[in-house]
Parts: sequence; structure tokens; C-alpha cells
Amino acid sequence: MSNLVVGISDQKVADPPDTLTTYALGSCVCICLYDNLRRIGGLAHILLPKAFGDVSGRNVYKFADTAIEELVRGMIKQGSAHLHLTAKIAGGANMFISDEKSIGDRNVETVMQELQRLRIRIVAQDTGANYGRTAIFNTQDGSLTVKTLGRGNKVI
Amino acid sequence: MGDTIMMSVPELQIIDVNSMTTILGGPENEMVGILVTMNSDVRGMLLFLLEKDFVCLLLNVLLNKSINDFTDISEMDMSVIMEIGNVLAGSYVSAIATMTDLDIRLSTPQVAIDMVGAILNYPAAYFGVMDDNLLFIEENFLSEENIIRSHLLIMPEPDSLSLIFESLGMSS
Repeated sequence: MSNLVVGISDQKVADPPDTLTTYALGSCVCICLYDNLRRIGGLAHILLPKAFGDVSGRNVYKFADTAIEELVRGMIKQGSAHLHLTAKIAGGANMFISDEKSIGDRNVETVMQELQRLRIRIVAQDTGANYGRTAIFNTQDGSLTVKTLGRGNKVI
Repeated sequence: MGDTIMMSVPELQIIDVNSMTTILGGPENEMVGILVTMNSDVRGMLLFLLEKDFVCLLLNVLLNKSINDFTDISEMDMSVIMEIGNVLAGSYVSAIATMTDLDIRLSTPQVAIDMVGAILNYPAAYFGVMDDNLLFIEENFLSEENIIRSHLLIMPEPDSLSLIFESLGMSS
């Protein structure tokens, strides 16, 4: 079994028994898609909500409104069916107090809109607040473990 | 009080966020981030990243305590950390302001104690960059028993950076 690490503005698709891990999400959001039937998992780690047309090169993985669609494509290529996909999301914290609407909130909002547009149901989420999260996605059963510093760990 | 803390000559590097995270002990390393924004002539942000041990040492010296983690951090502790940010930011910024003759005003510091990777999301998202290079200053604080590193990330907005260079007589 291997543990694949997904960096910021990056995404990966894996089969059991592999796990997909992304470290220290602050305002970033990770989107975990799971095909329960074929048991395929995919994880995308986005930095910002919208691309505004700036999708050259690796940038497609950076934004919620381009990365999720790309992850769906990656999973279908691996043998998934769009209809079977469900989503779990984590992150989108507000690490520093800000007067404006925080980037974390905007990330979560755009991720949710995008999943709705793609007709993928969100089955669990651990988002917002003001602390960092590490997310470990188990492709065996689609469970997502969220680890924090001093705020405990949970499985969603 | 009465302890002497010395500072070494700062080392300056220009690196990307990923390399910075590695230097800072990996994404999950617990650090204290103090964010100060610059307004008026020069706009941008300063982010001090301090080792947990360093902040505990400062709090212990300043408040005569003996803590070694942040599980029971008080409001008094937080305001001392903010004040440390004020003092540090003030010394850097007044040096830049004096050299360039520019007006730079600073916001009240904000503090986050968490995984350094999560803290670094803030400037990364704000500037929308990951691959671009950021100005990173590292220096050592030496007390009688400890050597502790402190890190500062300076991120002027692009216009402000040109303005600083112009004011120093360097054209970019």
C-alpha cells in the first residue's frame, strides 16, 4: 500500500489500498471524490475559487472552477462513472481575521457550487473555522480522516 | 528579565512557497504566524514565522512564566505576541522607510498558531501565486542557552516593489 501525497494546486487519482494525503490545508480546500462501486478515489487541492480565464499550464489545478471538472475527467479515465461519484470536502479555514469575506469561505462556496453544477452530492464536510487541517483519504472505503493540531482528529 | 538576547546578521533569500515550507520544518510543523499589513505609499504584507520554542521563551522571559506549549494560552499571552509583532515589524519597516523616504503605515498584527503550511496558504492565496518567488529573511536570535531562528516573509505588492527600487535609485 502506498500513501500518495497531493501538493497545493495538484490532484491525484488512486485505487485501494492506496491512500491520498494532503497536508496543512488553511484557506485551501481539498475535494475528495469517491466511486463506491468501482472503488476509485480522487483528491484535488485547490488554492483559489475562480480562474477568470487564467488556465495556462498547471493553473487548471489551482482553481475550484477548473480543478474539480479536471478531477472528474481523471476519474472517468481510470474507470469511474460520473453517476457513481460522491464528494467529501475539507479545509477553507480563515487563518487570520479579515474584514472582507475570507478566501476560505469563498473557496468553500465555489467548491459547493461547482459540485452542484456537476451533480455530485456532498456526503460529508469539515470546513471553515480558523485552524489548519491535514486530510487523509482512504480509497478502500472512501473515509476521510481530518487531523488538526490540538483540536483532535475525526473521520468523516 | 535582564536576559540578553542577541540577533545575528539576517540572511536573505528569494524562494518559492514550497521550498519555504521545507525550510520551516515541513507543512505540519507548529509555528506562530504574525501578520502585519503595510498601507499608504508601500502596500503589501509582512509575515513573521516564529518557532514555537522561541515564542514560549519570549513569553516566559517577559511574563515570568514557564510554558512550553500553547494549550493554555491566555489573552495576555496573545497580546504580548501581537506586541512582539509590532516591535519586529516596526524595526524592519522604519529601516525601509528611512532608506527610501516613503511613508509606510502598519496594521494591528494578527496572530495564528498552527501548521505552518496552513498559515502560508494566506499569502499564497492573497498573491495568487505558488511558483513565484517571495522575499524571505531568516535570522538567529541567541540567548545564553538557546539559538532560535526567526523567519520573515516580506511581500510588497508589485507596484510597491518598483516604488521601493526607484526610491533607492535602482530602476527595475
